[in-house]
Amino acid sequence: MVEEVMTTINRGATHTFATVLSNKRVGQYHQILLGVGDLVKACKPGNFVAIKVGGDSSRMILRRAFAISRVAESTSFGGTMELIAAPHGSGSQWLCSQPEGSEIDIVAPLGTAFGIPTSPVNALLVGGGYGSAPLFGLAEVLKSRGCKVDMLLGASTGAKIYAPMEGKRSVNSLKIYTEDGTMGQTGRVTEPIVDLIKAGSVDVIYSCGPMGMLSAISKLTEGSDVVHQCAVEEAMACGIGICMTCVLPVKGSDGQVSMLRSCIDGPVMDGADVQWHLVGQTPQVQQ
Amino acid sequence: MALSWTDSAGAAMTLNNTENFDFSTTLGNAYFASPIFTASGCASSGKELAQFFPLSQIGAVVTKSVMNKPRHGRPTPRMAETPSGMLNSIGLQGPGIDAFLANDVPWLVEEKARVIVSIAGETIEEYATLARKVRSVSGISALEVNISCPNVENRGLVFACDPEASRRVIDGVRRIIGGDLPIIAKLSPDVTDLPSIAAGVVESGADALALINTVLGMVINVDSMRPHLGGKTGGLSGPAIRPVAVRAIYQVHQALPNVPILGMGGVTTGRDAFELILAGASGVSVGTASFGNPHALIDIQNQLHQILIDKGFKSLKSAIGYAHRTDVP
Repeated sequence: MVEEVMTTINRGATHTFATVLSNKRVGQYHQILLGVGDLVKACKPGNFVAIKVGGDSSRMILRRAFAISRVAESTSFGGTMELIAAPHGSGSQWLCSQPEGSEIDIVAPLGTAFGIPTSPVNALLVGGGYGSAPLFGLAEVLKSRGCKVDMLLGASTGAKIYAPMEGKRSVNSLKIYTEDGTMGQTGRVTEPIVDLIKAGSVDVIYSCGPMGMLSAISKLTEGSDVVHQCAVEEAMACGIGICMTCVLPVKGSDGQVSMLRSCIDGPVMDGADVQWHLVGQTPQVQQ
Repeated sequence: MALSWTDSAGAAMTLNNTENFDFSTTLGNAYFASPIFTASGCASSGKELAQFFPLSQIGAVVTKSVMNKPRHGRPTPRMAETPSGMLNSIGLQGPGIDAFLANDVPWLVEEKARVIVSIAGETIEEYATLARKVRSVSGISALEVNISCPNVENRGLVFACDPEASRRVIDGVRRIIGGDLPIIAKLSPDVTDLPSIAAGVVESGADALALINTVLGMVINVDSMRPHLGGKTGGLSGPAIRPVAVRAIYQVHQALPNVPILGMGGVTTGRDAFELILAGASGVSVGTASFGNPHALIDIQNQLHQILIDKGFKSLKSAIGYAHRTDVP
């Protein structure tokens, strides 16, 4: 079984140029639409794209990873890929400054995808900050499979909530939580989850956002039948599995903890397997 | 021997090393159709890059340094980007030699890749054990003995910083390997007198030298005001260290002109590979460049091939150490 996983590493990934079709500011974020052609056919919700930043003479030598928020195909633009980027570091600032018509160097799609249930289930999608971006594409897929899709979005403040109008149409309900109360209810996005689990109204939780949020949700689902698929975030140098920097301690089916690459074995992982308490430590090798 | 590949735009390239231009190189008694290799630790065991180009199209795959037992490596964060470079603090995470030889080497051989296995140990005995296990497996072109990984708990364990310890490791490995498989000793630039350490390992039985491993560095996170990496220190790689590599290769080639050098350190273009060859490298490993460009090896190989022809060289070998010539310009 391990062998099968190993031989499918990066399958479907293409290294190519994409055209910036649009670049719009949405609150604190940028919504960037890339023309990527047939590459969209290989993209699934949860996958990410690794983008070369800074141009050829840049001192930034590493790609930046961005979650693919959704893909579409249209007759006028062909295959398109949407990203939501926060211009925080020099790499994302460069990407957010790229005008319409720019050609950018991408490697995509990379990483694991959210598992889609074969029968209609009650799905709860939880996003922190712009971690909500890939959840809207996921919501569309889940809705098309007849799932009930409820969404909870949280952030420290209202300006950091990413919830586009068109995205709201693909969910049955949407609740927003901010810690400072500037949008939606005051509090953390994880607060209502415990009651939803107790009420039996959730079968699967899909989450994307800061590691603290993912870890908290894993704790809430512990001991319940609720499956928790989370998209993790760890600093990556390559995005294609060769640098070994983005590892997380994950328990395998044999009970052993291994340091798995979040670019190859993630970003979507089973929240129950991630050893959140060991992140930033080194597990003991069991001989 | 013919070598054909496609460039990253998909155009077919075919080189025939018997006519017009000879791109081949040798390290000890091992022959390689191209001088462009992966760098240990920067290509895992090859499977990840195989999606982007066939591994048979490059000179060789130098696998990630493997230890005797499975190893988790160092805690995260393991990476910090720096100006034109990066620090890594992986700490030799790996499956252990038994799983590696059982799974990864046969796969590479099946892919028709030339394989250089890189080993790393914490003791002289561990290197000997690793060498014994590697000797029993077929399909390997050379053995890289990494005695210079900077990401170990105890800097005293960096064998390549100690001339006597370096010699003893290589001597032990040579006794086990015998004369068939070339031994490449990977050395650290973080020493005062690199040529003397190089001379010591060659005397002890190294057929070739891999220069350079990463340079020890540190980044302090100015928000947390603590060292950024989980392992505190890390190895600096990327274009930032290329001049250090050129200097190291030049110095060692001058001292030991007959010892082949596998050069590496920040090579990102064919021009960079050419620079290392002029300094004295017989082959060039590409490491960090693959993180930013999955096709880096193929692009560099194409560019180097063209540069050598444009400069009027009839063979790669005639360009090795060309910067050392003494004729008046």
